[in-house]
Amino acid sequence: MTLDNVGIIGFGQSKFVKTRIDVTFPELVREGATMALENAEISIDDVDAVVYPLAPDALIGVGNGERWVIDALGAVGKPFMRVNNGGATGMSAVLTAWTHIASGLFDVVLVAGADRVSESSSAQSVLNKMWDVGYERPVPLNTITMLALSAQRYMHLYDSDETDMAMVSVKNRYHASLNPNAHLQSTVTIEEVLASRTLAWPIKLMDACPASTGAAGLVLVSERYAKKNGLKPAWIRGLGQNSETYWMGNRVGPKAMGDHADADALAVAFQRAYDQAGITNPREQVDVAEIYAPFSSVELHVIEAAGIADKGKSPAALANGDYTLGGNGVTVNPSGGTQCTNPIAVTGLIRVGEAANQVLGLAGAHQVKGARVAIASAIGGDHQFYSTMVICSDLEEI
Amino acid sequence: MTEAKFYEQTWDLQYKHALGETTSRFLEGLTQQKIWGRRTTDGRVLVPARSYDDQTHMPTGEWVEVGNSGTIEMFTIVYEPFKGLPVPPYALVYVLLEGADTALVGYLKGLDLKNQKDAIAALGIGTKVYVHFSKTPVGSAADYWFELSK
Repeated sequence: MTLDNVGIIGFGQSKFVKTRIDVTFPELVREGATMALENAEISIDDVDAVVYPLAPDALIGVGNGERWVIDALGAVGKPFMRVNNGGATGMSAVLTAWTHIASGLFDVVLVAGADRVSESSSAQSVLNKMWDVGYERPVPLNTITMLALSAQRYMHLYDSDETDMAMVSVKNRYHASLNPNAHLQSTVTIEEVLASRTLAWPIKLMDACPASTGAAGLVLVSERYAKKNGLKPAWIRGLGQNSETYWMGNRVGPKAMGDHADADALAVAFQRAYDQAGITNPREQVDVAEIYAPFSSVELHVIEAAGIADKGKSPAALANGDYTLGGNGVTVNPSGGTQCTNPIAVTGLIRVGEAANQVLGLAGAHQVKGARVAIASAIGGDHQFYSTMVICSDLEEI
Repeated sequence: MTEAKFYEQTWDLQYKHALGETTSRFLEGLTQQKIWGRRTTDGRVLVPARSYDDQTHMPTGEWVEVGNSGTIEMFTIVYEPFKGLPVPPYALVYVLLEGADTALVGYLKGLDLKNQKDAIAALGIGTKVYVHFSKTPVGSAADYWFELSK
């Protein structure tokens, strides 16, 4: 089966903040849709189908939230699909849109959504409900503790420490200070990160993402539509997905398939995308990475899963000036990443949009000079659902 | 500008989940101070007991009683209060029990957590712990926790 090439012709995102009281949730979603359409210079009438990312309903406090926003998305009278893959939701929605177009069924697909996590003070209680009712629910696991466990194990396996995590925070907050849409825009020092209060050791407040409010959207098109209309999209050149077991306790010990310290299943997803795109040496061929990492600790092993560093070696490279704008090698999360802006439903979508902006030279103050090849990734569930993409400015050999 | 208005709500939803034969037998074992696992087709022992294997998708078979002591595989100590979750500090550990191939999650109790530095220093991957069973079991996963081996 021959698949059509798919490109990104529009990306819109709001300024992310803690709270918005000037709009309802559907009105916020409409912002994402409208900004993406305006950026693509098309109207809703040009859109063949709509894909809508939304994570757990309980976070927005409305059941089947896709019903609420159908008019805000302009999806009435069009094929429509909601996607929920936890933290990977936004990127899974883009993958769904890609499938819609690559199959030849549609030429123009809108993906847009929003989140306003701070409207519920019970977010971690909602997320605690992910765990098994028989075996795990009596223990108060949540999305912070699940990744604190991973961080602690990474530190042990690779002789890493909290300063390594703090370096990630310092880099990302610097990058976010250059991104007018980022939520956390103030720079921090290593000392400030280390002195910030402990949430779940070793994760401290300044290692953690904020609960962000805002909207974002993308417009994807087929190659034939792009050619017919003389457009120059950012091209999706490779995609990967992979999944990991539900049970964190199955990710330790000598007989585990993958270690909870690492993101082994994500490494497989990256390899799948690299194989499609013809990337054999990501350290040389990739210019910029927009990788999903809600906590500083996560970025270390995602860099390694992307093949940009060997396992356990990303902290040393970071200390050496790698991954920072204007530094050596692949620039990682020049937008400031998920650690500085996390509107859960669209976080993965923003990774793709930022990657597209980079290869099109549209990233403004956080532009990586001359970027041609970008990678993006997202993670959902308990380090469980992984999505990856390779995005390039052209369709030539990478 | 009109004063912003808000709508407040609380979701109060009730569920009674059937836990099935395998989980029920594991939980019953806790009331007898036993930890049960299930053997996979390739010989691994899944603890807590599960009726199918995440690696092979095959049903598990034989019930295997594993030891009541083991080693920490990962841990965290929570200092931040989260709405709807217990008052901190508390320590959570995943423990590989003797004879098990997967780790069991639980609270680690009996360690003073107020001094974060000292508490962290007392815990590590490989630290030996044992299962402490509740004297008043109710047949739930809250019937056990871990404590440091003496």
